[in-house]
Amino acid sequence: MVKLLKRYWQVIWRPSVHYSLGFLTIVGFIGGVVFWGAFNTALEFANTEPFCTGCHEMRDNVFAELKSTIHYTNRSGVRAKCSNCHVPHDWTDKIARKMQASKEVWGKVFGTIDTPEKFQAKRLELARHEWARFKANDSLECRNCHDYDYMDFTRQSVRAQNMHTTYLANKEKTCIDCHKGIAHRLPYIAPGEAPTDTPGQMVPKPEQQAAAASAPPQR
Amino acid sequence: MTLAFTIARCRQAAVGVLATLLWLTVTAAPPSLLDAARGPVDIPATTEPPRLGNAINDDVRRPRNYDLQPPTIPHRVDGYQIDKNFNKCLDCHARGKTDFSQAVPVSKTHYIDRSGKVLEQISTRRYFCNQCHVAQDAVPPLVGNGFEGLEAMAQRELPAAPAAKPKARR
Repeated sequence: MVKLLKRYWQVIWRPSVHYSLGFLTIVGFIGGVVFWGAFNTALEFANTEPFCTGCHEMRDNVFAELKSTIHYTNRSGVRAKCSNCHVPHDWTDKIARKMQASKEVWGKVFGTIDTPEKFQAKRLELARHEWARFKANDSLECRNCHDYDYMDFTRQSVRAQNMHTTYLANKEKTCIDCHKGIAHRLPYIAPGEAPTDTPGQMVPKPEQQAAAASAPPQR
Repeated sequence: MTLAFTIARCRQAAVGVLATLLWLTVTAAPPSLLDAARGPVDIPATTEPPRLGNAINDDVRRPRNYDLQPPTIPHRVDGYQIDKNFNKCLDCHARGKTDFSQAVPVSKTHYIDRSGKVLEQISTRRYFCNQCHVAQDAVPPLVGNGFEGLEAMAQRELPAAPAAKPKARR
């Protein structure tokens, strides 16, 4: 085994005998472009709706629930697909999320939520993962479309104005604190742990995030 | 003899009535299958659904028209989740939430079950808010209504009543 590795190491390490430096550079460059394009195309494909709804766990549960909400169908036809909210847009964050998604592949292979009953039993935990993610990045995926700076409060209802000019404006709360369950239905949440009475309504500071990451979530 | 005669007449009459009924059912046109709730549309045909309204969303509380009327909802409630897992209305209107939400708290009567016991959460018989409370559309009423409440009547009947007039509203 060591001998085999040694031989390959020598092959890689030795200068090329048959190919010129220019050839290797150009082919390497073109190969790199092709590889990168293919990689990103595959990544983008994994962000499409047909891919997300390709498994029945998504198609029959959360995607079915999305269909009646304003994020799927509305008067102007602007809509959000799964990845708009559930996959970060920035490249590094996106790759990190894609790596986390390997756990979802595990869940698919071993049928963690392959029946409606199993899904119902587990969905609060899964929802809390997403809520924690939104909480940690200050609802970035909401704000990709719903930009606070361009909200015309005069066009909002009085209720919405009151909330947005206070809790959202002073950053005491972030979007997800109040707007849980807008795109999917909420699971049963024990009294005292409902969306608006969860502890930690404040947007977490970096040191709080570190503390939260080291300790298992208690909520 | 008279008894036998009467029975015979009765049988004759009964046969006559039956024959008439039979003739009527045979000759009368078959009634078209209409369901009053669906309007004048045959059962197999497709109804044209009424236009969807845009509910009033001005957050201005409307007065009740009569005592014990469930107050109407002055905002849109489209897509509110009310099921065994979650009640979107109570997310703001539950008594414990109103200090944050500034919403009108649910009436105390809604925390009493049918045997008169006061509960710490909303009674199950009051759980489905939109059985009684509904949002309103800004449309002219389909049917005219001359109903006026007790106050209007009292004002007409008792023009010179003393100022101290107990309010009938709760």
